[in-house]
Amino acid sequence: MKTTLITTLLATSVLALTACKKSATPEAGKSALSLLNVSYDPTREFYVEINEAFKKQWIADNGGSLEIKQSHGGSGKQARSVIDGLEADVVTLALAGDIDVLNREAKLLPADWQAKLPDNSAPYTSTIVFVVRKGNPKALKDWGDLVNEGVQVITPNPKTSGGARWNYLAAWAWAEKAFDKDQNKVLDYITRLYKNVPVLDTGARGSTTTFAQRKIGDVFLSWENEAYLIEKEFPGETEVVYPSLSILAEPPVAVIETNTAKHGTTGAATAYLKFLYTDEAQNLAGKHFYRPRNKEIAKKFVDKLPSLPLVTVDADFGGWVNAQKTHFDDGGTFDKIYSAK
Amino acid sequence: MANLQVTTESKPVRLILILAAIIVLGLFLLLPLFAVFAEALRRGWEVFLASLTEDAALSAIKLTLLAAAISVPLNTLFGVSAAWLVTKYRFKGRAFLISLIDLPFAISPVIAGLVWVMIFGAKGWLPPETLTNLLAPAANLAAWAASSDRFGGLFEGLAAWLANPKIIFATPGIIIATVFITFPFVARELIPLMESQGSDQEEAAVTLGAGGWRIFWRITLPNIKWGLLYGVLLCNARAMGEFGAVSVVSGHIRGKTNTLPLHIEVLYNEYQFSAAFACATLLAFLALFTLGMKSLVEQLSGHSAAGKH
Repeated sequence: MKTTLITTLLATSVLALTACKKSATPEAGKSALSLLNVSYDPTREFYVEINEAFKKQWIADNGGSLEIKQSHGGSGKQARSVIDGLEADVVTLALAGDIDVLNREAKLLPADWQAKLPDNSAPYTSTIVFVVRKGNPKALKDWGDLVNEGVQVITPNPKTSGGARWNYLAAWAWAEKAFDKDQNKVLDYITRLYKNVPVLDTGARGSTTTFAQRKIGDVFLSWENEAYLIEKEFPGETEVVYPSLSILAEPPVAVIETNTAKHGTTGAATAYLKFLYTDEAQNLAGKHFYRPRNKEIAKKFVDKLPSLPLVTVDADFGGWVNAQKTHFDDGGTFDKIYSAK
Repeated sequence: MANLQVTTESKPVRLILILAAIIVLGLFLLLPLFAVFAEALRRGWEVFLASLTEDAALSAIKLTLLAAAISVPLNTLFGVSAAWLVTKYRFKGRAFLISLIDLPFAISPVIAGLVWVMIFGAKGWLPPETLTNLLAPAANLAAWAASSDRFGGLFEGLAAWLANPKIIFATPGIIIATVFITFPFVARELIPLMESQGSDQEEAAVTLGAGGWRIFWRITLPNIKWGLLYGVLLCNARAMGEFGAVSVVSGHIRGKTNTLPLHIEVLYNEYQFSAAFACATLLAFLALFTLGMKSLVEQLSGHSAAGKH
């Protein structure tokens, strides 16, 4: 009996040692690099393809080996994890506000991170659209229809989800235009809109499951790319509706320099993000229903991704820092309208 | 042989009660189990096997086994010593100690994960930099051991980890969270058992001149072995199935820090329902195995080892 106990303990410690070996840093041989891309929910499928394409190019140019790991979740939650020590080499989040936080709270990257890459560091854009049940039985065509009696709207929680914040601002922008900037009417509209929301999931993907898999709700306020993904995964069950006005969503990317310096991956991480601007990656973006920044390539996808009037956070909401403070921080408009519920 | 009348209810009432029991059993236990297997095999054996053998799944299985392989022996050791202490001795604060052992049962798994982020996270009390400084002497020692030929490569992994100690969002964090969550299982199983057995036999052994270790191996352990085995089984089942606490400290890095339950959630969110349920069958098998072992233990021990909660 004694010997078995000792053997078990020995076996355990050997296992523990091998485990440590695995979690050791990949710096041992410089040619074997590993990148961690911490991203938000709807980009899973897109980055699987990007990673394959970039890996091929990187190994052809530099030799050695490269491994790219992915982590996905609600954008705000992912930012929180990176602050708490999730050692991301690059972040590809839903909005600039979630990357600003990494600078403000933990100094993980410089304050001017957004100027490091072209187009506000957003290699692709997206927008917010409506996904409705086949045939659009409740005739939901524009933002005004969402507050009708008996309409159930699915959108995630703006406190934790990036997509939800774009949804909120898009609705706000429409209301400001429709009610001629009458703040009381705008607030009243937003309040009634969120009264029609039966569940607030923490991330966009959770909301997709709620709407498409669990079949809750009449309309889902969704990332454009996620809307087409639903069409692909649940063929013949949903339709995409473009409202009269939406918002230009710029999901930005950034190298987390503090971490890459430690991992010795700054070069590879920078090359990875620059790769997103190449023709190959821009085509992949279009294929996954993101709007490519490259105008020539964007033209190829205009059938599927039509142009519509889009407001921007910078021009209409004074940038993310302001939008975050006014609407989503504690005591912001979202807290007011949601507690009024 | 005359039939003994043991029930007074009329036949229809008995029938309805039995039927109700069967329906509830089928609805809440058998149907979900059936659904798991049906969904897993919906797209055929090939998809089923492929989803269990792809890299991310294998890494999740490995990590789950590792977390269980460390937390179960540790908590067995702890559970036996704790149960021994609180049942064979009387001292001040004994009741408090018993409630303390139950703490992981009482708090929500989310909190059980977040406390470790609070302690070891980059913004926590013992962030990685502080830990690096604290562990520097140990790291030097391990580096020396790794560089000397005498121990082969045994210390290389340890040295590399000590030089850059990562806990949260890495394997150690997952192990710590699992150990914390499964902490009370063995102790909770043994304490009532040892309480009811009393310490008469041990006292008799002392008067006959037996030492502490001898008493433990020859008297206490044989008395508690079935209860112990049952506690270990439950501890193992929870260690492999834990979701909440592990989810908080994992960071969800595919192929690296996803345990089996986390991997299942990721697959589900990627619309890979068949793959998700294929992995779920592994956990279902674990549950069935635990149940089978439990009834075996009960048979061997000759009396019910369960029902002591």
